[in-house]
Amino acid sequence: MADKIIYAVYDDPEQLKSAARKLITAGVRVKDVFSPFPIHGLDPIIGLKRTRIGIASFMFGITGTALASLGTWYFMIKDWPMDIGGKPNWTWYHNLPAFVPVLFEFTVFCAAHGMAITYLIRNKTLPFMPARNPDPRSTDDKFIMELRTSDNHGHSAEAIASLLRGTAVQEINERQC
Amino acid sequence: MNFTLSNRARTLSMALMGLGLVVAGIGFVTTRSHDAAHAGQHFWSALFLNGFFFFGISLGALFFYSLQWATETAWSVLVRRVYEGIVGFLPIGAAVIVICLLAGQFHLNHIWHWMDHRVYDPADLEHYDPIIAGKSAYLNAPFFWLRVVLFMGTFIFAANWFRKQSLKMDQLTGDDLRTQHLLTYRRSALFLVFFAVFSSVLSWDWLMSIDTHWFSTLYGWYIFAGMWCTAMVTGVIVVLYLKSKGYLPQVNNNHIHDMGKWVFATSFLWSYLWFSQFMLYWYADIPEEVAYAAVRIEHHPGLMWGMFFINFAVPMVLLMSRDAKRNPRFLIGVGTVILIGHWLNVCQLVLPGALGENFHQVGALEAGLGLFFLGLFVLIVLRTLTKAPLTVVNSPYLEESVHHSI
Repeated sequence: MADKIIYAVYDDPEQLKSAARKLITAGVRVKDVFSPFPIHGLDPIIGLKRTRIGIASFMFGITGTALASLGTWYFMIKDWPMDIGGKPNWTWYHNLPAFVPVLFEFTVFCAAHGMAITYLIRNKTLPFMPARNPDPRSTDDKFIMELRTSDNHGHSAEAIASLLRGTAVQEINERQC
Repeated sequence: MNFTLSNRARTLSMALMGLGLVVAGIGFVTTRSHDAAHAGQHFWSALFLNGFFFFGISLGALFFYSLQWATETAWSVLVRRVYEGIVGFLPIGAAVIVICLLAGQFHLNHIWHWMDHRVYDPADLEHYDPIIAGKSAYLNAPFFWLRVVLFMGTFIFAANWFRKQSLKMDQLTGDDLRTQHLLTYRRSALFLVFFAVFSSVLSWDWLMSIDTHWFSTLYGWYIFAGMWCTAMVTGVIVVLYLKSKGYLPQVNNNHIHDMGKWVFATSFLWSYLWFSQFMLYWYADIPEEVAYAAVRIEHHPGLMWGMFFINFAVPMVLLMSRDAKRNPRFLIGVGTVILIGHWLNVCQLVLPGALGENFHQVGALEAGLGLFFLGLFVLIVLRTLTKAPLTVVNSPYLEESVHHSI
């Protein structure tokens, strides 16, 4: 049987949430939700896994600290020791207070840029990439739930659609995959 | 639901006060046997630093409390009464500080060297201090006491006023409730303006003037960040204690997470300000500016770097992850460590300046009085909590706070 994708369009995030709850209770798996903004409390309802972007951000940050440490040590201590205001320039750690601002800034720089770029790549939303949302209205004022028959072997497309019709759904669109 | 103070909690905090007094007594006797001439000064310094530390927690809580009003923050409405409870200690902390300052004014202690009028007299060759004399337009008794009365009066008045409005709102609904909410909202913004100036100036007056020759423009922010951080830690510990006793059932993990974030964020704010102050002086290396840091680095490096490590590295490493901020036991453990760290911070703010070369290490006298005040603080805070429903009854944002989710 061919895979069918069902898009259920809602006007309001709360209506979508209660609809999702109803479907999950009936044993239907919700694949994903497209929304103009993050919907609080939706993730645990549809069973989305927690984002690991925080871990990625931490790794980027640590990388930044390490690179900045290496850089300050090489530029200011090893390669060309500079006497600035009589500050100790033979050891890195004696001169550490002077390097803390750049360590801090480079850590933040790497964490922020790394996180943003990872986010864009992971979501396939880098500039000039084609948009992957099924319906452009989900970037405006509509909240769209995606369900797949391949995820829901116990339920036919008809059964899912009739379940959906019992909620505050605005329209139901089906697509062959 | 009202909170009732259990006999166990009352006995424990009383026991803590008693134990504190015993330890402080032992500390005092030991100090006197070593150095009889400075035992009095030592006692007053320890009393003042502990009074200031716990006063700071209450004042930080008062600031955070009015910040929640002024920003109309919804999530914290459920824990508003907890902060009112912490603010309950404010008058007692203020009294301890005023007693220490009065004792200084009447020369029972010499924590504030500039209170000795002889340093202003050019004819007194032995005591005249031209640097302090140059500051006499600001550091003189009438102006100083005017400020003390103004600050303490404003804080205590504001604390009482906010508490009264909050209790009044429990009886109101509909339009009355909204009007009352907006009034408190506007007044809290006004209070924050006064707090911004007063918190800065009080830190110069009571703490920075201990090292009279020295000055720092970042000092006020640094002291304020410490107060704020300790208030956030105390807030989350009290909430977790109440929850463990079955109170505050509507406070969920998301509220705890947010309070944990505040601990994390204010720890960073404090560390940032401490380091900014330190680094600029370290870099410029001008003798009159480094005096303060030089004493601490040369004679008390363990205390200075140790307390910085505790207050910066411990929250950074241990509270970074989401799971840590949602784990009550872990949060209480880390919070306690941070409180000790900030207590050591106040020790190193006061003691090296107040005792000079007679200060060797933080000992039983400071710790004992610290335990005494901790017991008193817990008792007062819990007693204040019994006096009103533990969650506010009516607030335009109550519903939103109950459904807080992050």
